[in-house]
Amino acid sequence: MNRLPTLPASAHRERIDKDAASGGAIRRLIDNIRHNPHLYLMVLPGVLGFLLFHYVPMYGIVIAFQDYDLISGFWHSDWVGMEHLVSFFNDPTAWRIIRNTLLLGFYSLLFGFWPPIVLALLLNEASRAWFKKIVQSVSYLPHFIAVVIVVGMLMQLTSENGLINLLLNKLGFDNVHFFTDPSYFRTMYVISDVWQSIGWNSILFLAALTGIDPELYEASYMDGASRFRRMLHISLPGIMPTISIVLILSASHIVSVGFEKVYLMQNPAIYEVADILATYVYRRGIVGGDFSFAAAVGLMNNIAALLILWVANRTASRLRQESFW
Amino acid sequence: MKSYGFGSRSFDVFNYIALTLLGLAILFPFYYLLNLSVSGPIAVSNHEVYLWPVDFNVESYKRVFAEPLILSAYWNSIRYTVVGTFFVMVVGCLTAYPLSTKRLLLQRPIVIMMTFTMFFSGGLIPSFLLMKGLGLLNTIWVLVVPGAFTFWNILLLRTNFQSLPEELFEAARIDGANDWHVLLRIVVPLSKPILATIALFAAVGQWNAFFGPLIFLNSDDMYPLTILLRRVLITQEVFDDAALATADPRYRLGANISIQMATIFVTVGPILLLYPFLQRYFVKGALVGSVKG
Repeated sequence: MNRLPTLPASAHRERIDKDAASGGAIRRLIDNIRHNPHLYLMVLPGVLGFLLFHYVPMYGIVIAFQDYDLISGFWHSDWVGMEHLVSFFNDPTAWRIIRNTLLLGFYSLLFGFWPPIVLALLLNEASRAWFKKIVQSVSYLPHFIAVVIVVGMLMQLTSENGLINLLLNKLGFDNVHFFTDPSYFRTMYVISDVWQSIGWNSILFLAALTGIDPELYEASYMDGASRFRRMLHISLPGIMPTISIVLILSASHIVSVGFEKVYLMQNPAIYEVADILATYVYRRGIVGGDFSFAAAVGLMNNIAALLILWVANRTASRLRQESFW
Repeated sequence: MKSYGFGSRSFDVFNYIALTLLGLAILFPFYYLLNLSVSGPIAVSNHEVYLWPVDFNVESYKRVFAEPLILSAYWNSIRYTVVGTFFVMVVGCLTAYPLSTKRLLLQRPIVIMMTFTMFFSGGLIPSFLLMKGLGLLNTIWVLVVPGAFTFWNILLLRTNFQSLPEELFEAARIDGANDWHVLLRIVVPLSKPILATIALFAAVGQWNAFFGPLIFLNSDDMYPLTILLRRVLITQEVFDDAALATADPRYRLGANISIQMATIFVTVGPILLLYPFLQRYFVKGALVGSVKG
C-alpha cells in the first residue's frame, strides 16, 4: 500500500531532474510557468509597464544622435552623431548652465547638510517628550508642502510689499528686489531648502542617535563631562557613520538639481544664475520643440549623474562595511 | 541620563530656546500668510497686518471657491490623487508578491531589470515623445499610470512581504489556496502598516506633483491645483479680473494678495488638516526607506 504512491512520485521527480539537465533553460521555464501560472500573471503588468515606461524611453535616447522630427520618427530620422553635443559645448551658455547647476548643487550641500544634524543633536538632548514631539511634528511639516506653495510663500514674503522688505524699511534700508536681482537667487534657494527639509532630514540622524549605547553617556556623566561635551564627544562620533554615508549620497545629487523649484523661481532677469541643465532641457525641448538637441543635453546630464551615483554608492558601501565590521 | 547642576540647566535653557525659535521660524510664515488671507484688503496693502488679522473676513475664500478654474483644478487634484494612489498600490502588490517568493524562476532577471531603472532613465524628452506617441498627452493616464512603475515602492513592499513567515503561505497553499488568495487574504492584510505608509506617500506625491502636469497637460480643464497655483501666485494671471479693475488701486492690491494667500491655504488645507493624524505613518516611511537604502 505504501509503496505504490511513492514510487511514481519519485520516478516523476527523477524525470524532471533529467529534463532539467538535458532539456535546458526553456523547458525549465515553461515548467515553472505551468506550475505557477498565477505568479506569472501577477508579475506580467509590472514587467510590461517597466519595459514600456522605462526601457522604451531608454531606447528613445537614439534621437540624441539624430536629427529627429515628429514626422520621420525614431526610425527614419537622419543620423548626425555627436553634432548636438558638440554644438551645445560650443555655445558659451553651456558653461554658464553647467556652472549654475554645479554651484546650486554645491551650495545646497554645503549649507543644507549640517542643519539637520544640529537639529537631531539638540532634539536628542531635549528631555521633555511632549516638547520634543511638538518640535519634530512642526519641523517635518514643510516637507509635505508642494514646492509651488513654498515658492509662492517665498515670493510673497520677499515681494515689494512683503514682510522682509517692510522690516528692511523699518531698519532704514532700501527695498530689495529679491526675485529679479541675480545676487539673491542662490541664497533664497538654499534658505528655503533648509526651511523645507531640515526636520525631515534629521529623522535618520535621530534614529541613529537612539542606537548609541546609554552606558557611554553614564560613564561620561560619572567622569563629570558637561552635557555639551557629551554631545560633542559621544553623540556626534556615535552617528559619524550615518553622517558620512548620508553626506556621500547627498553629494551624488550635485548634478541632479531638481527642476521644479528652480523653474518656479526663475525668470529671464536672473537666467545668468538660475538657468540649470534641467530647465534648459525643458525650455529647448518641450517649449522649443528642439527634441534631439534637448535629448542630447539631457543624456549628458543623466550619464554624469549615473557616474557620480555609482562612485558614491561604492564609497558608501565600503564605508558601511568598515563601520560595521 | 538625567543630571542636575548649573551647567546642565543652562544647557537645557539654551537648547529649549533654540528649538522653540526653530519651530517658530517654520510655523511663522504659515501663520503670517494665513493672517493676510483673512484680513481686509486695505489693511493688507497698508501693511497693518503682522501678528493677527485686521478687519477679519473670509471674502477671499469665498472668491477662491467661486472661481470655476479653482474648482475644476481641485476636482482634478482629487481624482489624480485617488486614481494615482490606487495604481501605485495595485501595481505594487501585484509585482512585489511574485518577486518575494522563491518559486519564480525569472525573479532575478526581473529584479535586475527593474533595479536598473532606479539609476538610469531615458530622460525627459524620450519620455515625452513616448507619451505623445501613445496618445496619452493631456489625459489622466499619463499622470497616474507611469508613476505606478516605480521600483522603490515595489522594493519596500517586497522586503516587507519577504519578512512574513513562509509557513503561513505553505499552509494556505496546502489547504488549496491559489496565489491570488494568498496575496489578498494573507499577505495584504498582514502588510497594512507598510501599505498605509506607501499609499500616504503616493497620495502626497500626487497631490503636490508639478513636473508631470506641467509637461504632459495642456488645457485648463485638465490642470491640477499645483499648475493653477503657479498662475495665481507667480505669473498672477488668474484673479486680476474686471471686478477689481475699477476698484481703488490700494484695495485691489490688498485684495489680490489676500486671494493669493487664500488659494495657498485652500491647497495645503487637506495636508495641514490630515497631517497631525497621519504623522506617525509619515515618519515610519522615512525610516523604512533608509533601512534598505
